[in-house]
Amino acid sequence: MWSGFPLRPDQASTIAEGYDHLFYFETLIAIFFALLIFSTIFFFAVKYRRRSPNDRPPDIEGSVALELAWSLIPAGLLGIMFFWASSLYFENSRPPTEALEVFVIGKQWMWHLQHAEGPREINELHVPVGRPIKLTMTSEDVIHDFFVPAFRVKHDVVPGQYYSIWFQATKTGKYHFFCAQYCGAHHASMIGWVYVMSEVDYEQWLTHAGPSGETVAQSGARLYQQLGCVTCHGTGRAPAFNGLYGKPVLLTTGETVTADEAYLRRSILEPSAQIVNGYGPIMPTFKGQVSEEGLLQLIAFIKSLGNEERNAGKP
Amino acid sequence: MVEHQHSTAAVHALAHQFDDLEQQHEASNLGMWIFLATEVMFFGGLFAAYTVYRHQYFAAFEAGSRLLDWRFGATNTAVLICSSLTMALGVHAAQLGKRKALIVFLILTMILGLAFLGTKLTFEWSHDWAEHLVPGLNWAPQGEILSRLQEAHAPLPQVELFMFFYFGMTGLHALHMVVGIGLMIVLVILARAGKFTPENPNPIEMSGLYWHFVDIVWIFLFPLLYLIGGLASSQ
Amino acid sequence: MSTAALEPSIETHVHYLNVNYGIKSWLLTTDHKRIALLYLGSITLMFVLGGAAAVLIRLHLIEPTGALVQPETYNKLFSMHGIIMVFFFLIPSIPATLGNFLVPLMVGARDLAFPRINLLSWYLYIIGALIVLGAIATGGIDTGWTFYTPFSSTYSHTHVVAAIMGIFLAGFSSILTGFNFIVTIHKMRAPGLTWFRMPLFLWAMYATSVIQILGTPVVAVTLSLVAVERLFHVGIFDPALGGDPILFQHLFWFYSHPAVYIMILPAMGVISELVTCFSKKRIFGYSFIAFSSIAIAVLGFLVWGHHMFVSGQSVYAGLVFSVLSFLVAIPSAIKVFNWTATLYKGSISYDAPMIYAMGFIGLFTMGGVTGLFLASLAVDVHVHDTYFVVAHFHYIMVGGAVMAYLGGIHFWWPKITGRLYPDKWARFAALVIFIGFNLTFFPQYMLGYLGMPRRYAVYPAEFQVLNVMSSAGASILGVGYLIPLVYLFWSMRYGPVAGPNPWGAKGLEWTTPSPPPTFNFETTPVVTEEAYAYASEEARVG
Repeated sequence: MWSGFPLRPDQASTIAEGYDHLFYFETLIAIFFALLIFSTIFFFAVKYRRRSPNDRPPDIEGSVALELAWSLIPAGLLGIMFFWASSLYFENSRPPTEALEVFVIGKQWMWHLQHAEGPREINELHVPVGRPIKLTMTSEDVIHDFFVPAFRVKHDVVPGQYYSIWFQATKTGKYHFFCAQYCGAHHASMIGWVYVMSEVDYEQWLTHAGPSGETVAQSGARLYQQLGCVTCHGTGRAPAFNGLYGKPVLLTTGETVTADEAYLRRSILEPSAQIVNGYGPIMPTFKGQVSEEGLLQLIAFIKSLGNEERNAGKP
Repeated sequence: MVEHQHSTAAVHALAHQFDDLEQQHEASNLGMWIFLATEVMFFGGLFAAYTVYRHQYFAAFEAGSRLLDWRFGATNTAVLICSSLTMALGVHAAQLGKRKALIVFLILTMILGLAFLGTKLTFEWSHDWAEHLVPGLNWAPQGEILSRLQEAHAPLPQVELFMFFYFGMTGLHALHMVVGIGLMIVLVILARAGKFTPENPNPIEMSGLYWHFVDIVWIFLFPLLYLIGGLASSQ
Repeated sequence: MSTAALEPSIETHVHYLNVNYGIKSWLLTTDHKRIALLYLGSITLMFVLGGAAAVLIRLHLIEPTGALVQPETYNKLFSMHGIIMVFFFLIPSIPATLGNFLVPLMVGARDLAFPRINLLSWYLYIIGALIVLGAIATGGIDTGWTFYTPFSSTYSHTHVVAAIMGIFLAGFSSILTGFNFIVTIHKMRAPGLTWFRMPLFLWAMYATSVIQILGTPVVAVTLSLVAVERLFHVGIFDPALGGDPILFQHLFWFYSHPAVYIMILPAMGVISELVTCFSKKRIFGYSFIAFSSIAIAVLGFLVWGHHMFVSGQSVYAGLVFSVLSFLVAIPSAIKVFNWTATLYKGSISYDAPMIYAMGFIGLFTMGGVTGLFLASLAVDVHVHDTYFVVAHFHYIMVGGAVMAYLGGIHFWWPKITGRLYPDKWARFAALVIFIGFNLTFFPQYMLGYLGMPRRYAVYPAEFQVLNVMSSAGASILGVGYLIPLVYLFWSMRYGPVAGPNPWGAKGLEWTTPSPPPTFNFETTPVVTEEAYAYASEEARVG
């Protein structure tokens, strides 16, 4: 029975082993203190058991030295845990810039995943091994959570906001992902598989996967035309998008914000909330006209514009 | 512990769990302060939420604030401060054993409190209802108000949120005032029956604390709700 | 000890139980001891109901595809379990039963500062409980006890508003209890009872009460906002209406984290009493334990963000909350070491309360160290919202708080009822509970690390073995809890009469008859010695 009785999930990402080492260290400390207390209690309970009703135990008030010792030594151990855990956490908080992007939309009770290169998946995520993958996630309804135990990654997926996590898989194979924030009736069924494939297999999968072969940015370009955005944003009546993504933007209120995913999303849904300095409040809202998926496509399109310019050698 | 000679009324006023009136007095006082601490935390949750959204929806909250008439708010503030004065005078009268003065001041406090509530109801809230500005119930700004909001680039749902905080916080405050006025009715009845002596003015003092607290909450509410849009004359 | 165990009661004195009879004398009582018993009965009932939900949950989870109920029903079961256990059992348990009974006795007073408010707090509890039970009976609630938005404010189709109303009332019951204790401890201590001569149970109740009065109003107003949003569709926490769901989490956890200290501080207070009495020794490090109770209460208000490391708060906020969460572990560790050191060179007897106390110290340590895993940012990313968290808090709440509660009930049972219970059965039950508890919850740590998320009605087959182990343990634990119900009831009529101080314990409550008269003491006691002065004179066993 004990063969194949796992104590930990697969270590299938670059960070998994490091996290496990920290976990083992903390487990050792936990076992040490638990054993220490249990055995000391047991030992004292036996050694000092009541032998007669006339027992006269000594009147010990305490010992400041001991109190200091058993405050400072554990504090030191806690300090080690804090620093180790925090540095791991920090190191892994920023996705590498060359990460492959996948857009994730959670909704009751399924996952839509769309690769930047185009293919759409439902409750499955195919990725190549050895490449960093960045997931940009939002929800269409309630709070969900994307959790891949084998990669040791997890983050809440919140409606109205974008959160990103990243991982780099180290082993091919098939790994669970789960929704890890209670979201209603079929929360437990909102699960799927990550398929980590070799580069070759992944390329093959890519060519067979996407129905239209359109990348997310290309879908966004199509929407951009369809919804008529070009009428203003292509003619100077509204701010241009070339090189906009990631840059600071000055608003009419005097505030400066960064043109990230959240800003772009808000500009489409609540255009009068943040108006660029020098422009008027004439953009209509597209709330109800664009789905979460459409929003991600438009954002991907806008992001791609700067890149093209840069790739074309423009300063 | 030294035994005091008490008047009959005072002896009857000593609850069985206390050793003497001084202990009872101190316990009631501490109790009222603790209760006020819980009220601070209760309102505090609303103030915290208000602060978050004020920051997030800056323009909308200012535009929403201009939907309110700061002159009514200011008048009400003055009324409430006066009512705290009459309440303090009432406490003083109770401590000196002046029964008639106590009753007069309690009634004055009640009248001022009712004036506050009356202003709110007849001038402010009914006007807001008529103009379809009550969130969740009849929110549908129209006509001049609507165009003014649009000029201010204030998204309507965010203005609605401001109005929700307005009604929610002033409503909760008004509820506390109603309770306070009810308290005062009880105190008037008891005072007329001679229940309060210089040895035991406790219930008056504690009610005074409560009333002052309700006043202070309003002093925070007034600028946060009425003044953040500036003093431009509103409708 | 009298062998006339089956003779009817032979109390010769008038006490709070026999001073008058009839339902009105109970429902309109202002005697803190009777109110404590009113609470004891209602809390036991709620524990049984919450426990029944747990039994159903563990039975259901024997099968990966769910053995018992539909997922919608399962979601209602864990919600019901959480709401009842947190708001209607754990939070009131020790304060409203043992606290209400003992605080006036331990300070040497005739009653609490505000006896009628005490009764009001019980009525608020009962009405709140009836509302929640009504909501459960007429369809249930499926938001979890955490009510995350926008699910609870917009998407759930269950009786959310009713549940919130019930919890709101229970919250005010809790506030009134805390308020009463603070004033009583400040203003009604007997002559000679200085702060540093108080039994540590009083320090624990004081610290708990501070949390109750400052934290509970925040959750009351937060849940009210959820109800308002649900009824009037104003966008407070629903992003579709312009609200912020993370704001809900901040406001909710601002109370709900200190709430867990409301649950554990009284338990720690009980343990200090048990460990001293059954080692016949003063506590090791009295002022350290007293101050650590205060430190826990204060620090406990500063760590709520550790529930939100992966919710979307900034990494810097995460750092701050992580370091504070580590800090709050230190006062708890100090207590554990101090209790253990109290045993050193003591005269230790193995009465049932002591078995519970020793079990508590060990299990609380295990639960506490796993809290460190959760405070560690990197580890928490992996185990957040998995069964690791479920195991952690059950170790503290069940292995800790419930065991301390049972230990306290057993310790003060003779004082409360005037009767002794059969010690062999009591020790046996304590052992069964200890074993059943570990079998139930230790496998859950492993399940969590393997990646099984919590609140799952169905799960992948590879998690089945550990789930079955956990359910098997739960059946043992359930039996363990039933045993005291039986013999404690039995003892009320047939147990041998206890004298004023069957354990030879120190403390003002043991100087008065068992059960105490309505006004507790013939004359106001005067305190001349420190707490736990076991060495100064022989404690008189009576």
